This record gives sequence, structure tokens and C-alpha cells, in this order.
Amino acid sequence: MSYVPHTESDIKEMLSAIGVKDVDELFSSIPEQLRLKGELDLPSVLSEADLSSHFDDLEKRNMGAQSVFLGAGAYRHYIPAVVAALALRGEFSTSYTPYQPEVSQGTLQAIYEFQTMIAMLTGMDIANASMYDGASALAEAVLMARRVNKRKKIFISKAVHPEYRQVAETYCRGDEIEWVEVPYDQESGQTDLDFIRDNVGEETCAVVLQSPNFFGMIEEYEGLSEDIRNAGALLIVNVVPALSMAVLKSPGERGADIVCGEGQSLGLPVSYGGPYVGFFAVRKEYLRQMPGRLCGETKDREGRRAFTLTLSTREQHIRRERATSNICTNQGLCALSVTIFMAAMGKQGLRDLAILNLRKAYYLKKQFAGLNGFKLRFSANSFNEFVLRCPKKAGDVRSKLLTDGIVAGLALGEHYPELDDSLLLCATELNTRREMDRFVDLLIRLDNRIY
Amino acid sequence: METPKNLFYTIEHEWIRIEGNKGFVGVTDFAQDQLGDVVFVELPEVGANLDQDATVGVIESVKTVSDLYSPVAGTVKAVNKELEAKPELVNSDPYGEGWIVELELSDPDKTDHLLSPEKYEEQCAKESN
Repeated sequence: MSYVPHTESDIKEMLSAIGVKDVDELFSSIPEQLRLKGELDLPSVLSEADLSSHFDDLEKRNMGAQSVFLGAGAYRHYIPAVVAALALRGEFSTSYTPYQPEVSQGTLQAIYEFQTMIAMLTGMDIANASMYDGASALAEAVLMARRVNKRKKIFISKAVHPEYRQVAETYCRGDEIEWVEVPYDQESGQTDLDFIRDNVGEETCAVVLQSPNFFGMIEEYEGLSEDIRNAGALLIVNVVPALSMAVLKSPGERGADIVCGEGQSLGLPVSYGGPYVGFFAVRKEYLRQMPGRLCGETKDREGRRAFTLTLSTREQHIRRERATSNICTNQGLCALSVTIFMAAMGKQGLRDLAILNLRKAYYLKKQFAGLNGFKLRFSANSFNEFVLRCPKKAGDVRSKLLTDGIVAGLALGEHYPELDDSLLLCATELNTRREMDRFVDLLIRLDNRIY
Repeated sequence: METPKNLFYTIEHEWIRIEGNKGFVGVTDFAQDQLGDVVFVELPEVGANLDQDATVGVIESVKTVSDLYSPVAGTVKAVNKELEAKPELVNSDPYGEGWIVELELSDPDKTDHLLSPEKYEEQCAKESN
């Protein structure tokens, strides 16, 4: 698709068609004091060649880290060329949602496939056409639970991604939610489920868990959903590396009522945190309380398989202020990329990739077992992330390794003062055995150097 | 368009049939015709206490979604479970099998705010224009 900017004469023609003298008059409804006077403070114009070399200079200022062991919500994976080759085709590049099924069967089918794959992966009945990202999907899950039972208390595990918790609280600020933080077990690194069992009651709206949790630990919440349901509340399970579901027992099988999360690990680059794609899946009985778009399969009048948006009466463009959500779209291109990635990998391929991640992380974990001064912080099972306790401040260890071209995960002290000595590490299929060995070697030597 | 004489009506196009302290509530023939094919009716919980004009349910058609308001104050005694499987009864028999909720009225004598069939027909005639 080509980009065609407006010419002066285009602008004049449009202005005259609506009877407006100039652009200033077009914006005359914006109060005088809010309008920009004069030019924006921007550098002067560069030629294409100069601009290109300017960006080359900027790029050289990047660290160029050779080894990255950072996850914490954004995961580096190999993305096969087929993803970009198909996702960037002109037929898919539209900024607008396909309202007209007669001209949008390809886009609609892709959305439908996305929903189907997410439903299979999460083990749920219905998935929507995607959300903006994992954090806002979690916030929408909380708001949905509020609509279902109208109660106010939300139990949220402290082992849910801290930034997701912040987004959820900000997103839900207009609502009257009483947040209850659920502690995590200092030994296992898992959420204290007994705290939940002891405290859920008739005021509890929902319980929010993340698995694998922010520390990479897999929550073992089998059976918890019965206790939660008996209290009349809902279980929301958030999944950040969506890839983990390809190998772990699905949240649906483990009793979740709403499963939400981040799809980035399935075919999207980390790219400074976005754009990513949220996913959202529910049990059938909650279908009408779901946020977001849904695409359904049907037949056209000649009996051929066809796809169309459906159950739109939940949405803002029809239901106005009583809609289930302000979201009235989906993250189309990113969801498409995820769909292509999953289709290219196939069921077995995804599983193999997940197992490869698990093994890489396990290898790295094992190297730390005999290391002087360093220790695995938590004992529970993990997927591709885990927490390493350092002999001193984790931030210092991380800074030192950065000078060796290694990004040694995330220092947890910023979000968890009690874990000031701990690093959250991640290994994916992109981390070679050699670089993991080098990482461990440098840690040993670092140990001698700074302690 | 049918407007049975034994019912009261509201400006929001609900009807109520009052029998002693009980009241059956549904939407009118005019309303179902305006809504088009009804595909889903969200019913209230039995036992819910309602103020007059409180939202008592939601009617979803292929074209739109509308709230159903309670014509009077009362308690939900029963809901028409048939509508879960056959929402189209609201279209085919709005005053009969398409009833939506049964209420126990807080004050059975308070009917002044409701419309007579004649008044309601005038109202519909105005809206049709």
C-alpha cells in the first residue's frame, strides 16, 4: 500500500467543500489559549542520505549486547521469515476493522483462526479477536469479573507482573474496586493459595493469578477454582509468555474462568515493549460479558463457509455507555502475526519450541547449582525464567556484566525490595549453550572480582 | 398493532398485567416490532428488589440492545426461563408466552404513573411519526 500525502490543492478542495477558509478556521473550536503559536521546535530538514547516516550514528550508541538473559514480560524468540512476509501483505494492511464481510473474508478468517488457536492453547471455550496488550487484557478481565457478580474485592497475587498490576489499578480507577494483595511463599516463589482459601468470601469478586508467575514459577492451583467458585467468585489466570501454554497444562483444564495474557512470545519482536497483542478467553457462560471483537463462522446464502463479526451488541458502537468495554477494535496486525507464527510452527512445533525453552532454562539453572555464593532463589518448577540470588546487590552484578556484553536479566529490587539481591533470568531458544557457559564463567570471576 | 385493554403500559414500551399484588411484565408489540428479531434476553435474578424504572433485564435483537425497565417497584418472583432457549417468543407472542418477569408489587395501588392502553397508543402514534 502506498502512502499518499495531501497536496496543498487537496487541502484547499476539502476546505472549500465544507465551507471553511483555512486550516486555522477548521480548528477554531479549540480554545485560543490551547492552540500552538509558531513552529514546533524541531531540528532542520535533512536529506535522505544525511538522515540515514544520522540514524546510523544513533544506532552505534546501542550497547550491542551479545547475550541477553532478560525476559520479565518480553521474550526474545526466533521469528521465521514467513511471519513478516505474509503479515505485511497489502491485503492485510488496513487501519480499519472489517465491518463488511463481503470484502474482508481473508482478514476475518485470520481473526477466526487466531481465536481458535488461542481457545485451544488456553483450554477455554471462546477467545476474542485480541486486546491491546497483556496488561490491559488483565485489567479488562477484572472489569469483566465485576460485571459478572458485581462484587468489589479483587484478590491479586503479588507474583503477578508488577507493571500489569499497576496498569490494572490505573485502568480500573473509575471503578470501586477493593484490591487485596496476596503474598507469595518465600521458599517456593509461588502464590500463597492458603491465604486465598482462608480469605475469599461473599464479597470476593475474583482472584487473579499469573502462571508462570513473575518469578517464572509455575503456580499449582489445581482445585483452587472450586473453592473460589463456591464463594461465588471468578478465577482469572494471566499468562505472560503465551508460549508456555504449549507445554503446560492449560489454564482452562486447571479451572480458570477467564484467561488473559500477552501474545508477544508467539511471533512478535520485543521492539522496546510494543506493539504487542493481548489475548482474552472465557468459559461459554460468560460470553455476553466479554470485551472486544468476536469473529464467527457462518454460511453465506449459497451455503459456503464464511466469516463475520458477531455478538457486536456487547460493543461500544452499538451499546454506547453500557458496552462491555471501551475497546471496540482488536490488535489486528499483531494478532495476524501470532496466527501466522502458530500456523507455521504447528501444534508439535510449538510444543517442541516450548520444551526447548524449558530445557535451555533448566541447563542454565543447573549451572548455578554448584556456584559459590549464587543460589536459586525459589524452589518451584519453572518454564523459561527463574530467580537467582546473588551474594550482594543484584543491580551491581547486572551492571558489571553489562560491560561484558551480557544483559543479566532484571534486578528485582525495584519492584520487590525484599529481593534486592535477586536477578530474574530468562533463557530462550536463542541463548546458545556457549553463551550460557560464558555467562556462568563471568559470574564466577565476578564473584572473585567484586566480593 | 395490538394493545390489549387489560394491561398498563409505560413510555419505555413495557406492559404490566397486575393481578392482586402480582404483576407480569413484558415488552409491547410496538417494541418488538421496532427491535426486530430478538436473539437474547438477559433475565434478572429471582429475589432481586427493584425500584420503579430500575433495569430489570436486557433485550438483544439483531439490530440493537435495549434495557428493560421495571414499570413498578417490587421483587422478582419468577423469570420466563423459556426465553433462554426461545428468545423469539418476545416477537411471536409479546403479551403471552413472551412475558419476561413476574414481580411482587411493593405497592399494588400505585398505578397512576402507568399509561392506559389509549394513552399508550397515542404515544406510539407520536413515535411512528
